[in-house]
Amino acid sequence: MSTRLFGARIKRNIDPQLLRGEGSFIDDIPLAQALHVAFVRSPFARARINSIDISAAVAHPGVAAVYTCDNVGALDIEMPLLIPHSSMHDARTQRPLARDDVYYVGQTVAMIVAVDRYTAEDAAALVDVDYDPRDVEVDLEKAILDGAPLVHDTHEQNIAAHFVQVSGYPDSAIAQAEHVTKIRVQVDRSTAAPMECRAVAAQFDEVTGELTVWDGTQAPISVRGGLASIFKLDEDKVRVIAPNVGGGFGQKVLLFYPDELLVPMAAMQLGRPVKYIEDRRENFVGSSQERTQIHFMELYAKKTGEVIALRDSFLHDTGAFIPYGIAVAQVASTSIAGPYRIPNIWVEFKAIYTPTVPVTPYRGCGRPQACFAIERAMDQLADELGLDRFEIRRRNLIADHEFPYDREGLIFADGLKVSLDSGQYHKALAMMEERLDAPSFASAQAKARAEGKHLGLGLAFYVEGTGLGPYEGGHVRIHPITGKVYVNTGLTSQGQGHDTVFAQIAADQLGVKPEDVILVEGDTKAFDWGVATFASRAAVVSGNAIHKSAMIVRRKALQAAANMLEADVGDVELKDGAAWVKGTDRKVPLSAVATATNPLRYAFNEAAQAATQFAPASRHDGPSLDEGEHPGLEATDYYSPPCATWAYGVHGALIEVDPELCSVTIRKYVCIHDCGNMINPMIVEGQVMGGIAQGLGGAMYERIEFDETGNMLNANFVDFLVPYATEIPDVEILHLETPSPLNALGVKGVGEAGCIAVGAVVASGVEDALKALGGGKFRHTPITPSMIHAALDAA
Amino acid sequence: MKPSLFDYVAPRSVDEAVGLLKEDSGAMILAGGQSLIPAMNMRLASPSRLIDIQNIPGLSHITIGNGKIAVGAMARHREVELHDGVAAANPVLRAALGHVAHIPIRNRGTVVGSLCHADAAAEMPMILVLTGGSVQVAGSDGGREIAAQDFFQFHMTTSRQPDEMVVEAHFPALPPGAGFAFEEFTRRHGDYAIAAAGCILTRNGAGAVATVALAACGVSSKPLRLAAAEQILAGSRLTAADIKAAGDAACAAVTAPGDMHATAGYRKHLFATLVRRAVERAAARAQ
Ligand SMILES: Cc1cc2nc3c(=O)[nH]c(=O)nc-3n(C[C@H](O)[C@H](O)[C@H](O)COP(=O)(O)OP(=O)(O)OC[C@H]3O[C@@H](n4cnc5c(N)ncnc54)[C@H](O)[C@@H]3O)c2cc1C
Repeated sequence: MSTRLFGARIKRNIDPQLLRGEGSFIDDIPLAQALHVAFVRSPFARARINSIDISAAVAHPGVAAVYTCDNVGALDIEMPLLIPHSSMHDARTQRPLARDDVYYVGQTVAMIVAVDRYTAEDAAALVDVDYDPRDVEVDLEKAILDGAPLVHDTHEQNIAAHFVQVSGYPDSAIAQAEHVTKIRVQVDRSTAAPMECRAVAAQFDEVTGELTVWDGTQAPISVRGGLASIFKLDEDKVRVIAPNVGGGFGQKVLLFYPDELLVPMAAMQLGRPVKYIEDRRENFVGSSQERTQIHFMELYAKKTGEVIALRDSFLHDTGAFIPYGIAVAQVASTSIAGPYRIPNIWVEFKAIYTPTVPVTPYRGCGRPQACFAIERAMDQLADELGLDRFEIRRRNLIADHEFPYDREGLIFADGLKVSLDSGQYHKALAMMEERLDAPSFASAQAKARAEGKHLGLGLAFYVEGTGLGPYEGGHVRIHPITGKVYVNTGLTSQGQGHDTVFAQIAADQLGVKPEDVILVEGDTKAFDWGVATFASRAAVVSGNAIHKSAMIVRRKALQAAANMLEADVGDVELKDGAAWVKGTDRKVPLSAVATATNPLRYAFNEAAQAATQFAPASRHDGPSLDEGEHPGLEATDYYSPPCATWAYGVHGALIEVDPELCSVTIRKYVCIHDCGNMINPMIVEGQVMGGIAQGLGGAMYERIEFDETGNMLNANFVDFLVPYATEIPDVEILHLETPSPLNALGVKGVGEAGCIAVGAVVASGVEDALKALGGGKFRHTPITPSMIHAALDAA
Repeated sequence: MKPSLFDYVAPRSVDEAVGLLKEDSGAMILAGGQSLIPAMNMRLASPSRLIDIQNIPGLSHITIGNGKIAVGAMARHREVELHDGVAAANPVLRAALGHVAHIPIRNRGTVVGSLCHADAAAEMPMILVLTGGSVQVAGSDGGREIAAQDFFQFHMTTSRQPDEMVVEAHFPALPPGAGFAFEEFTRRHGDYAIAAAGCILTRNGAGAVATVALAACGVSSKPLRLAAAEQILAGSRLTAADIKAAGDAACAAVTAPGDMHATAGYRKHLFATLVRRAVERAAARAQ
C-alpha cells in the first residue's frame, strides 16, 4: 500500500460541486408539472377546533386539493412513537393534520396543494378555522404545578415521562460527605436552524406502481419503512432519496413530520409530482427544537474536593408531543457525571409537555445541558472549597489506567451500558492549563483590572457517548470498466463530508485515489440496510462497516490478481489503481482484475476478452463460478458496536466583559478534543469549529422566545440571533488521539462534540470576569447583555 | 413566505412615478428592496403595485456642494459609504454606515430607502437628525423640502404624503473643526441598534463646547435629538461630571419598552454609556 490516506488532510470531494452551486437539493430537482404545498397552521398554543371551512380555498383558482383530517384516509392517525420506553405512559404524538384539538402554534391543520406556492399560500389564508382557545402554561416550572392548564388531559401535571437511574450507592455515600454544593442551572430552548429548511417531494408512477420520495431526511431507510407500512406498499415499490441536504443537526432525523406523509399521499392521489419546501418561518414553528432543561444538582464531596456522590433532578421540556421518546433526557441523565469518577449517582428527570413545538434531538442532544450542570457545579464546589478550577477537576477526573470506566446501572440512549472506554483526561486538562497560561492568569487578570478591563477564564470539560448502534452496513464494489470504487452505506450526509472520509477508508484498502471512490448514500435503491445519521455515529458505524467490506474486496482482488500475474498472493500489492507484483513493474489494472473475476460471454472491450468463456484464463472444467463464489470484486459487511464509544474534550477561553456595555468578547478560545483516531483532521476541525459556533449561539445569542400565550415571538432570523461569522472568535483546536478500543479503526464520533461545552465555558468565564464587581453567578444560558446588567445591578 | 399578488411598474421619470402613486393608494415605491421585499414575503406588506424607481435616470447621484451632501434616491448605502467626498465632507456618515446591515445588503439598500422606511432603530435616519438634514420630495402638487425633525413621526412612519416620493436627502457637512462620533451597540454585527448615540461638537479657543448636537436611535419610537443632554454640554468644559450628567440626562429620552433583546433597565444603562462615549470621542476629535 502507498502512503496511508487515513489521517490525511484531504480536501472534501464534494466542495467544488457545492461551491459552484451545482449541488442538487430537493428544490433543485426538476419535476414536470409539480404541484406545491402550503399549510394552514394553528395560531393558538392550545385550542379546540369547532369547525374548519375549506370551501373558499377549494374554489380558489389554481388549487388542486385541500386536505384536512377528514379526507386523508389512512393518514388520520397519531404518528409513530419512534423510541418506546417504559418511563412514558400513553406517549402522545402528533397527527399529520389536527383532529379536534391543536397543541402548539404552528401545528398543521389543513394542507393546500396548488399550482404554485404563491397560490397555495393565498388559498391557505382562505381556510376558515373556528377555534376555541384554552388556557396554557408555557413556563416549565409552572407547568408541573397542580392546577396548571394541561396540554393533554391524559397527563396530570403535564408529566410525559418520569425516570430515575442509580449508579453505585448514593445514599450511603451521601452520609459520608463532608461538603455539599447545591446548584440550579437552566439552559433555554434553541433550534438547529439548518441552512436548508426541510423539504419533501414525491412522484408516483402509475405504470410501475413505484413511489419516489425525495426527502431531506437523516433517515431515508426508516422513512421508506414507514411509508411502505402506512401506505401498504411493497418496500421495493418505495424509493426514498435524500439528495444534497443543507444541514440537519438532528432536526431532520425525526420521522414523520406531517409533510413527509401528506406529500406522498397527495402525489399518489393527484397523479402529479408534489413538492413541499418548508420556509424559514415554518422551520421555526413546525420543525422540532431542543434544549430547555432545568437541573437541580447536588455534589457530595470530601474536604479534598473529591466528589463521592451526585444527585441531579431535572425538568426536561418535551414540547407538545414526545415522538422521539425520552432520548434527549436520557442522554443528559447518563452524561451527567461528565469525565469525573463520581462513583455514586442518583439522577431523575421529568419530561414535561408544554404547548410548544415538539422537542427532539438537536446536535448535542442533552449533553450541553448535562455538561452545563456538572461543570457549573464543579466550579461552584471549587469556589466553596477554595480550590482552583483546574485542581478540582484534576482531583476528580478518571485516570488513564481506570478505563474502561463503567457507570454500572446507567443505561445509555442505545439501551446499552455507560462505559467510558478510553481517554487521556488528565493530559487534556494539562494541555489546556498550558495553552491558557492558567498559572499566571490571576496576575494577568489583576493587571487588566488595574487598567479597567475585566477578564475572566472560562473552562469546561465534556464527554460524549458517540457511535451508537444498532448497526450500519457498507457495500464496496470495484467497477470492471473504470476500476473506480463504488461505496454505499445506508445513512446519509447533510454536509459532513462522508464522501471524503469513507473514500479515505476504502481507498486505503484498495490502493486507489480517494477521488476515484464514488460514495452513494441516502438512496434506498442503492443500499437499504441501515439506520440513520445521528449521535455522531457515521464515521464509527458506517466507517467501520465500509472498512470491513473494503478488506474483503481487497482480499478478493489480491487473490484474483495473483492468479492473473501468476504470482504468490503475498507478493502482490494494490496501489495506484492496479495490482503489482511487489518490487517489479508487473501490474494489472484493478479494472482488469474486476473484469476477470466476472465470467463473461461477450467481449465488449479488451479486458473483457480475457474473461470470456473461450479465453485461455477461463478455461477450466465445470462452472465458471465455483459454488459459493460471487462474480466481480464486491462485498457487503456490517458493523454493530458493542456500546457507545466515548469521546471527550476540554474547552477554555479568556473572556472580557465590558460592564458598561454588558458585552462579552472572547479574546482567546482553545479546544482540546479527542475523537480517537482521526480519519481526516481537516474535516474533524470543520466539525468541531461548526459545533463551537453553534455552541456559542446557544451560549450567548439564541433563545426561542414564547409569549405567555405560547406564541413564538422570534420565528425569524431578525430576532432569533444565530451568530454571524463576525461573532465567532478564532478558535485554537488541539488534537489528542486515544484510539477507541471498541472498533477496528479506533475512531470515535465528532459531529456533536464542538457544541457541548461552550455554554459552560462562557458562563464560567463571565462569572470569573465579574467576580471583583460582585457580578454573582451565571447559571443560565444564553447569557445576554440584559442578564449581565441585571447581575451587576444586583451587586 | 411568498408575497400576495401585486403589479409591477418601472416608470422612467419621477413625474411618472408620482403620477402612479397618486393613481393607486395601495402602490409602494421599490428602491433597493432590502426592507420592502422581506416585508412582502412575510405578508406584512401587500402593495397592490410596486413602483420600481431603479430605472429612473438621475436618481443615483451623490454630490457635494453648498455645505451639504446630496444623496439621490437610488444611491446605495455602500456607494455613500465608500465615497471619499462624503467622508471628507462629513465622516459621521461613513462611521454610521459601517453599522447598517452587511455589505451585500448595503450593496442594494439605499440611504433614502432607509430614511423612508424610518425604522426607529435604523442608523441613517438618526444621522439625518443629528446633522440637521432634510429630504426633498416630489409630489403631484410639486416639490417640498422636509426637515429631518419634521420628517420622522413614529416607528416606520414619516410625514411623506402617500403621493409623494423622496428624490434626494441632504446631509449638512461637518462644521469646521468639529469632532464627531457614532457609538452603537448590537448583539450581532450589522443588526439594528439596541441603542446608538451620535455626537457632533465644536470647541472654542478655551476648549469649552461651542456647539453640540447629540442624537439617538433605538431608544424611542423615532430618531431623536437629545436636547436635555445638549443643554448640559453647551459651554461645558467637558469634565467627567458634565459628561456623566449628559449621559444620565439622555436616559430620560429612553422610552422604548423592554424587549427580547434588551430589558428597559439595560437599555437605559447602555444608552448612558453610549452617550458618554460618543461625547468623549467627539470631543477628542474636535480641534
Ligand atoms: C438582514 C438585514 C439587516 C438589516 N440591518 C439594518 C440595520 O442594521 N440598519 C438599518 O438601518 N437597516 C438595516 N436593514 C435595512 C436596509 O438598510 C434597507 O436597505 C433599508 O432600510 C431600506 O432601503 P431599500 O433601498 O432597500 O428600500 P426598500 O426596501 O426598497 O423600501 C423600503 C421602504 O421605503 C419606501 N421607499 C423607498 N424609497 C423611497 C422613496 N424614494 N420615496 C418614498 N418611499 C420610498 C418603500 O416604499 C418601502 O416602504 C437591514 C436589512 C436586512 C435585509
